[in-house]
Amino acid sequence: MLTSVYRPGTSPLHRARAGTKLLALAVGASALAWQRSVPAVAVGALVVAAAVAVAGMPARWVWEQLRPLRWVLLLVAGFQVLTQDWRLALVVCATLALAVLAAALVTATTRMQELLDVLQRLLQPLRRVGVDPDRVALLLALTLRAVPVLQGLIAEVGDARRARGCERSLRALLVPLLIRTLRHADNLGEALAARGVDD
Amino acid sequence: MRTSRRWSSRDLALVASFAALIAVLGLPGALYVFGNTVPITLQTLGVMLAGAILGWRRGAAAVLVFLVLVAVGLPLLSGGRGGLGVFAGPSVGYLIAWPLGAAVTGALVQARWPRYPLWWGVLANVIGGMVVVYALGIPGVAVMTGTPLAAAAASAVIYLPGDLAKALIAAIVTAGVRRGYPRIAEEPRLLRRDPKPLQGRPLQGRALEGGPDTAGQQDSQRAGDTGTR
Repeated sequence: MLTSVYRPGTSPLHRARAGTKLLALAVGASALAWQRSVPAVAVGALVVAAAVAVAGMPARWVWEQLRPLRWVLLLVAGFQVLTQDWRLALVVCATLALAVLAAALVTATTRMQELLDVLQRLLQPLRRVGVDPDRVALLLALTLRAVPVLQGLIAEVGDARRARGCERSLRALLVPLLIRTLRHADNLGEALAARGVDD
Repeated sequence: MRTSRRWSSRDLALVASFAALIAVLGLPGALYVFGNTVPITLQTLGVMLAGAILGWRRGAAAVLVFLVLVAVGLPLLSGGRGGLGVFAGPSVGYLIAWPLGAAVTGALVQARWPRYPLWWGVLANVIGGMVVVYALGIPGVAVMTGTPLAAAAASAVIYLPGDLAKALIAAIVTAGVRRGYPRIAEEPRLLRRDPKPLQGRPLQGRALEGGPDTAGQQDSQRAGDTGTR
């Protein structure tokens, strides 16, 4: 079903606090983007490689993170080599790959709930402008619950579409799907109101 | 004066359901069009639909909730991508633009609420779902990859035909949903103060007879044969 990209483990990186990891990621990625030099990229590569090793991520995991980038990296590298020089190509591509890898490492070593808790804490100051962090948390939980419901609805509507003999029509799928989604939402809203969420 | 009205439990439920819808539209194997041959990502379609159906406020919130779930590690983007790494990649500009695009589409649709002329719906989708999204997405690619703006813009050309088709489909689907589920088209929360009430249209009567869902399905079947209207 719906599984997070989190990979369970007991490494120091897994045990570190989510807020610390996010802060380190923000500082590191910003520094790398700010510097844009070969030494900075080398240092960044060492740090990220060490972190990946400490977290015990296999080489395959690294490849899976970078795979969606491969064509972009190739194009950018080619472009930079043609118009600028190879050094800039190396720096730009490495910065991109390192930032993606480091960010992926944070989500791979941190439970989703911990990240959501950090988000809820970050939202506290927004109380003043009318954002209620508890309601945001409720909203996220409701969404997580709604995903399997929506998957069920898609399967149902898809069957209905096939039974009616219009498999190719996107409209015959989406209109009933959206109407059922809205109806589900209305029922859910009434259930929430009945439990006093509006009070 | 406080600009933000309080979110009712119905608002929360609608936002959560649409965020989940956008998520499901991108899950692998969830949706294949044209007889299981061409897998296309329908997530930008979900962005347009969220704005057009829920209005700017709830539409943008639904997309934002979806992006938060992606950021905390659910592999919900098309191709099973997810986690913070996505936001460090070249397409971050597109992702940031999504909630804005949904808001713009919704605001444009609401400007003519409760009417929904098809041409206006398509225009709203094109402006919100394409102009706004490209306006942030293309500079995003340029900055993240260090290429000039023109090269980044050229890379976006491949999305044009698909996105145009999605803008059209989203408008047709929105019109069908509003007919099949009139409650959503009669929402009181508008930009305009006092909306003209929907005048009795023949389709409304039919929708009441057969129940909302059946009306929508009959309707979609009829138009599904030709594809467009």
